[in-house]
Amino acid sequence: MTVSVPPAEQRRGGIFKDTWVVARRGLKHMIRQPEALSDVTIQPIMFVLLFAYVFGGAIAVQGSNYREFLMGGIFAQTIVFGAFNVAIALAYDRANGAIDRFRSLPMARGSVLAGHALASLVRSVLPITLMSLCGLIVGWRIRDGVVDAVSAYALMFLFTFAIIWVGVLMGSLLPSPEAVQGFAFAIIFPITFVASTFVPLNTLPGPLQTVAAWNPVTSMSDALRELFGNRRGFVPEPNADWPVRHPVAYTFIWIVGIIVVCAPLAVRQYSRTIDD
Amino acid sequence: MASNAAIDASGLVKRYGETVALSGVSFDVPRGTVCSLLGPNGAGKSTAVRILTTLTEADEGTATVAGLDVATRAAEVRSRIGLASQDATVDGLLTGRENLIMIGELHHIGRRVATERAAELLEQFSLVDAGDRLIKTYSGGMRRRLDLAATLVAHPEVLFLDEPTTGLDPRARNELWDVLDILVDEGATILLTTQYLEEAERLADDIVVIDHGRVIARGDSRSLKRQVGGDQVFATVVDPATLGRVSELVGRTAGAEPEIDEGARQVRAATAVGPRAIAELATALAEAGIEVEDIGLRQPTLDDVFMTLTGHHAEEVEEGADE
Repeated sequence: MTVSVPPAEQRRGGIFKDTWVVARRGLKHMIRQPEALSDVTIQPIMFVLLFAYVFGGAIAVQGSNYREFLMGGIFAQTIVFGAFNVAIALAYDRANGAIDRFRSLPMARGSVLAGHALASLVRSVLPITLMSLCGLIVGWRIRDGVVDAVSAYALMFLFTFAIIWVGVLMGSLLPSPEAVQGFAFAIIFPITFVASTFVPLNTLPGPLQTVAAWNPVTSMSDALRELFGNRRGFVPEPNADWPVRHPVAYTFIWIVGIIVVCAPLAVRQYSRTIDD
Repeated sequence: MASNAAIDASGLVKRYGETVALSGVSFDVPRGTVCSLLGPNGAGKSTAVRILTTLTEADEGTATVAGLDVATRAAEVRSRIGLASQDATVDGLLTGRENLIMIGELHHIGRRVATERAAELLEQFSLVDAGDRLIKTYSGGMRRRLDLAATLVAHPEVLFLDEPTTGLDPRARNELWDVLDILVDEGATILLTTQYLEEAERLADDIVVIDHGRVIARGDSRSLKRQVGGDQVFATVVDPATLGRVSELVGRTAGAEPEIDEGARQVRAATAVGPRAIAELATALAEAGIEVEDIGLRQPTLDDVFMTLTGHHAEEVEEGADE
């Protein structure tokens, strides 16, 4: 028996097909390595419980109870951490030869990165669902109607998609999975804390407050609180920084900015890095 | 000339910072033949393969594969080649079958054809039973077989095998050679890199010896060995005091200047007469009443070839130079 394979001239591919093949592979990896999912499952749940029951009592929030306030922040932080896994997945691919295998194939340019990004986006459904359930259990509620709630979830996926491209860029720049991990802890971890993630902005000391006000993790957290109706009693001061008064719009600007800057940079950097 | 060559490399130069990986490598491989790039670690073999498979660009020089320029028509080249190397392996978290199907899909042969082709290849490479197991459960030899199968999914015109047997135990290596024989018999054009003269001899029609980024010799294994002086006859003595006498006898039977290795209590010399040298040496030793531990004939190694061609051993160049 011989299977007849169409000759090279007659084969037609495309970026969408190739992207989907790579994404499917990425999803299989996730299912087959459940231990690697701990950072988007166990870790965020642990954060919810820790802050809801251990630290929460010590943090006062204007116009809301702390557990309501907390969820917006944890959603934002989990998205930032979770999306970074794409960087590690890419670094592993480079370390173990998968990238060279892909590059020796007639694939559409950019489809390896796009496939990783797509798999990461699909995967983010898991932590966002788990977080929501966990939040509901500790007393968080969606209070502002369906449209706002849908907008909140849509914003989360858009934010995830943007952060994934930061991850792809990191995965293309940094030489090894260990380096990615180091970078995540040294840079990303603090960024998610110098924000309104766990505490209201006005509890931070002066200069840090300004930094936090412009931090997209703050605006993402606040945007979710606003859309879910978790900060009804909160009234920003009239002279507060613009992002504090317009968290949804400011977050959206970041999302667009990140994608426009990082995606092309990542594709370029990626083909450069792996050339050697 | 070029139209007949499946691979035609001309003056390839590649530098990585200070390191010169290739300094002007030229060779061609006619269609339907097997060519081996032979050389020690860091000689530039893998770099040459990376350029020919479009994974990296040459700083100078040109190359065509299947008649297509690798620099300007990379995508078309990729749809006509298969690459198996330690740097480009199958996916450990997919099954053997999933790997083959995925590669077929990425070659755009269609999912249905890819599925059928995967089944066919699993059978051809004796991996039917392991086909639905994750690659990470495979032995080194099985994995390498699947690597090879993966290169064949889309019926490539030219195959690149970068050190296909490095790191395999002797049994797995023999199994892999048998598989490669099948490919050779089917008339594939293959470029294979290896550090072992034995492997190049077993598989290749033509051997290109590379050292420090240069081609230092080319020919079939017989002509290379002739350059080295052919097979070597050797005798290992029981009493080191007899080395001098034995050396005389070895020199006479072999017809060449013998070399004495006192540490190994061994005398050896190149010989053109083949197995007859053993018989004559055995008789001579018996007549002289000298006791020996071992006598025999051995093929020249890559190291012998290097000693003859370059005057230095096939030492390993610094780590990284071949990356």
